[in-house]
Order: sequence, then structure tokens, then C-alpha cells
Amino acid sequence: MTAATATAREARPLPMARLRPGRIVTWTVLFIGGVLMVTPLLFMFSTSLKDAGQIYDLRLIPEDPTLANYFEVLGDGRFLRWFLNSSLVAIAVTLSNVFFDSLVGYTLAKFRFRGRQFVFLAILSTLMIPTEMLVIPWYLMSANFGWLDTYWGIMFPGMMTAFGTFLMKQFFETVPDDFLEAARIDGLNEFAIWWRVAMPLVTPALSALAIFTFLGNWTAFFWPLIVTTSSELYTLPIGLTSFAVEQAIRWEMIMTGAALATIPTLIVFLLLQRYIVRGVMLAGLKG
Amino acid sequence: MATITLDKLVKSYGKARVIHGIDLEVRDGEFVVFVGPSGCGKSTTLRMIAGLEEVSGGEIRIGDNVVNELDPKARNIAMVFQNYAIYPHMTVRQNIAFGLYTTKLGKEEKNRRVEEAGRILGLTPFLDRRPAALSGGQRQRVAIGRAMVREPAAFLFDEPLSNLDAQLRAQMRIEIKALHHRLGTTIAYVTHDQVEAMTMADRIVVMRDGHILQSGPPMEIYDDPVDVFTARFIGTPSMNILPGREADGRAVADGDGGLLFGIRPQDLLVREGAVAADALELTGTVTAVEPLGPETLVHFDLAGQPVIATAPARAVPEVGSQVSAQAARSEIHRFDRKTERSLGRRR
Ligand SMILES: Nc1ncnc2c1ncn2[C@@H]1O[C@H](COP(=O)(O)OP(=O)(O)OP(=O)(O)O)[C@@H](O)[C@H]1O
Ligand SMILES: [Mg+2]
Repeated sequence: MTAATATAREARPLPMARLRPGRIVTWTVLFIGGVLMVTPLLFMFSTSLKDAGQIYDLRLIPEDPTLANYFEVLGDGRFLRWFLNSSLVAIAVTLSNVFFDSLVGYTLAKFRFRGRQFVFLAILSTLMIPTEMLVIPWYLMSANFGWLDTYWGIMFPGMMTAFGTFLMKQFFETVPDDFLEAARIDGLNEFAIWWRVAMPLVTPALSALAIFTFLGNWTAFFWPLIVTTSSELYTLPIGLTSFAVEQAIRWEMIMTGAALATIPTLIVFLLLQRYIVRGVMLAGLKG
Repeated sequence: MATITLDKLVKSYGKARVIHGIDLEVRDGEFVVFVGPSGCGKSTTLRMIAGLEEVSGGEIRIGDNVVNELDPKARNIAMVFQNYAIYPHMTVRQNIAFGLYTTKLGKEEKNRRVEEAGRILGLTPFLDRRPAALSGGQRQRVAIGRAMVREPAAFLFDEPLSNLDAQLRAQMRIEIKALHHRLGTTIAYVTHDQVEAMTMADRIVVMRDGHILQSGPPMEIYDDPVDVFTARFIGTPSMNILPGREADGRAVADGDGGLLFGIRPQDLLVREGAVAADALELTGTVTAVEPLGPETLVHFDLAGQPVIATAPARAVPEVGSQVSAQAARSEIHRFDRKTERSLGRRR
């Protein structure tokens, strides 16, 4: 018996383990799922690079790729405007959520005061009300306050969310009290303790919250459609829809618009991939 | 530098009273260690001194000022916590400097103090590292550094070593003691480890159920515990407690009578041959032996009651054999069986 044969015998089970039937099934399912999800996206980009004559030629790689569609769409000033509208709304709402959700979450997690449980339950209970039911009250409220067809009108329902507050509360609860008390003894005021000590300790949760909020607002359709009437205030999804109606069957133009709308999402995803995976695991319950 | 005075200090949570009016005077520069079993109120007392818990009754004075209503930062104290409470998102240098966050010192002076603390604590090579890249002992040193740079009137420690392994704990004990020697600052230190209390304290304060049982220098508490609880709490292994009575001025540990005899295992020696005239002799069956090197702990059974004695290193009795152990009269503590209060020793 030599060392070599012993090693060979020990080594054998490894590749076998990797090719367990369970794994093969998992990989196959994931692969098919991946293809199903990615294909339409690829066709969207592909079509956006074709001219009108080629769009029914279903080759994935266009025979004669062109950026003309992009110039045409971007040349139409409205598109840029919608893009900026969407950016403004998504960024403002995200910042607001990161700030206020965590402020309230922190207060609920780390301070004992009368009515705390009630406030928490009240916030939590709003999680169970579907958006569809809230749209009418929101609309009436906007109409009364003169918020219809304004940026604020688009943004206000999402400036703070119960989900975000809940998420942040759960995370602040994991921050040991010692960390905060040490800062208190060092003389920081309560706001500084939150901002300088507690917030940096929950950055994974903050990035998860920021990513979800940004993507959610970037793709939001229902409420912006209802609250906006003038085309200058459209966000990208609303603008794209009206654009699609206008362009009727010019698929290459519609696909170009859609591709442009997707790009920021892709960028966010590629840059923050690591955080998104972690965030999805952390948040767990995001529907 | 300052004295800390507790005057009939009371703490209640709702209806539950957890500190029952304790009095204590910590002298300037003194190293006082609070010991006691879990839940006896050590942390609560320390946290009231720090200003992290409200005082329900009585008074706390630091120096000549009543600080009951002062914010922690106004009390000029620094505190080191059990889990270090150093911030993972900051470097060692930033963590130490955080102790100076609200002070109005110049940048130069701040830097000087941070470097100085780093040097004293042997952290200079790690100043630009993050805490994640430090060992437990180094992290605890960072926490101490952060407290040091403030140059506070007093340091408060709440079980600072209990997350460290035994060897590191022994080393840090010496370092903290050396630091106290060097800085001369008043220290109030909480632990449930009586070895820490014995080795570090100028004065030990033994607490139980929100009361102070005894306070005094370590050897005084070791030699003259006021009651059975303190006697058993200080010293390892715990003091043997045997019910009995006195006859002709001699201890008779036969389970009858109104006394409890307390004999430290170190004073109960396994020995062959004649019994000294006034000594107490105990005989029983060996149940276990623990050779420690210089000596051996011998556990034996005395009519159903477990007793621990000491044997010389090379004379390890066999389990199951009969042993006889003797304690000199002057080493036998006597307690009242009902009140468990000490009646002193016959010398
Ligand atoms: N926030 C609180 N509410 C109610 N009771 C409390 C609270 N904090 C502490 N107690 C009670 O006060 C008593 C003293 O607690 P304390 O934390 O001071 O004990 P300790 O001596 O530090 O114990 P340990 O060695 O376990 O740290 C305990 O009985 C505890 O249950
Ligand atoms: Mg404690």
C-alpha cells in the first residue's frame, strides 16, 4: 500500500458528491429558469439594435446592428425628462426612507416609552393593507392638498414605509446596548449616537433597504399613473407606456425605450450585487 | 481623581427593589472590586454611578458633587464594558479617539493622548487596524485606551475580562492592576470572579441580593468573613462548612449543635500520625483526588457530607481508601447555625 493509492481512494468520493442527482435537478431547474428570465431581456436589447426592416428577423445577434434608435429616442426630449423624473423620485424617496425608517426603527428598538408597542403595532398593521386600497384615500388627499400632478404627489406615499421601519427596527435590535451606552458616556447626544454609532453598524440592512426602495420606485407604475396628468411629470414607466401607444407597432423604438429604462436597474444590480444577495437574505420576507 | 460616595442608594424597577439602600465610600485612587453572584445588583450599582440608570433613592457623590441628576458625560467618568463596545467600523486609532469626541482639546493634544494610550497599552502597531483584526485581549485594551484618553476622575469596569480565556484573563488582570498603579485613578470594578477580586482589589465589596455583606481589603475578607456566604464565596475551592458544637473548647463536627464550622481546604491537611491536642480531625472515604502539582485536593465523604482537604503533592491517597485530615484550632471559623453570622475563630 502506497500513499498514492490511499490518496486516490479518498479523493474518489468528492466528484461523486458533486454530481448527486439532487444537484443535477437543481442546476437544471435553475438553468431553465435563468434562460426563461434572461431571453426576453436579450431580445429587448437585440431588437433595440435593429432597424425597422429587421425586427421580425428573430436572430439574437442583429445582422447589421445600429444605434440609430437610441439617438432617435434620446433625441426626443421627453424621454430624457422622464428619465430625470424617475431618477429624482427614486433617489428622493430612497434617501427619505433610509433616513426616516431607520430613525423610527431605532427609536422603537432602543427606547422604552409609553405607547411604544402600540405605535409599533400600528405601523405593522399598515403592512397588511394592499396598495390598491390606499390609492383612493391617497388620491383624495392629494386632490385636497393640491398635490395632484406634482413631484411631491408622486413621492409622498412612499416617503416612509412600514416595511422599511420594521426591517430597521429588527436590525437595530441586534446592536448591543453597550455600544450605545459607551457613546453616551463619551458624551454624544442621542442623535449623534444614532447617526455616528448605530447607523454604521447596520449598513447591510441600510443598503438592502436602499436597493429595494430604489428599484421599487424606479419601476412603480400604478400610483404615478394615477397622480400625474401632464407628460412633463411622467416617470419612466408611465412615459414608456404612452410612448408605446404613440409608436403603435414600431417595436424597435419601444424596445429601445425599455432598454434605456432597464439600464439603471442593471447598473444598480451589477454594482451592488453583493449587497442585494445579502439584502434579500436579510429581508427574507419581502413579498 | 475623586472619591465616590454611595449614600443609602436604592434602585427599584417598578415595584421590584433590587438595590436596598447601600452605603459605600470609595477613596480617591482606590481600586474597589464589587463581587457577588449573578443578579445581586453589581452592574446596576455601577450603572447608577455611571449615570446609565436612574437612581430611585439615596445619593451618589463624585468628589463633592451630588451627581444623581447629572448626565453621564457630566460626571467625568469612563466605563469599560464586558463586550468591549468598540466600533467595528472605525480603526483602533479612531476608536480610542472616540473617547475625546466631545472634548475641546486641540487636534495635536488629542493625537498625543491617543498615541500615548496606544503606547502604554502596547497597541502602537495596531493603531490603523480595524477591531476585527485584533484578538480579544487587544480589543479589550482598545476599550481601556478609549477610557484612558479622557483622563477621567474614575474608571468603571463591568466584567471586562469575562469574554477572555483563562490565560489572557490572568495577564490582563496584571495589566489593569499595573495601569492603576501607574495612573492612580479611582477604579470601581465589577466581577463575579473572586480570583479577580482577590488579586486586583485594594478593597473588595461583597454583594448579595442588593445588599453589601462585607467590604474590606482582600486578606481581611479572606481571614475574617462576616458570614457563611462570604466565607464560601471568597477562596477556591470553597470553604468546607460542617455543623457541630464545642466541647471543652474543642470543635466537634458531629452534625449536632448550634454551630457551623468553616475550614478552608488549604487549612485541612491530610496527615498520618498523631493529632495535635486542640486540632479537629476528620476521617472519611476518598471519593476523588485532584493533583494540582504543588499539592493535591482530596475529596472525601464525612458521614454523607462532602469535604475537601489538601494533601502534599507526592502523597496522593487512593480513591476508596480512608483518610484522616486535621485542621488547627486557630484555622477553624465559627458561625452561628441559625443566622450564619460569624462568631470568629478561637486563637
Ligand atoms: N431593566 C430591568 N428591569 C427589571 N429588573 C432588572 C432590570 N435590570 C436588572 N434587573 C434586576 O436587577 C437585579 C440586579 O441585576 P444586575 O444586572 O445588577 O446583576 P449583576 O450583579 O450585574 O449580575 P451579573 O453577574 O449576572 O451581571 C437582577 O435581579 C435583575 O433581574
Ligand atoms: Mg452584571
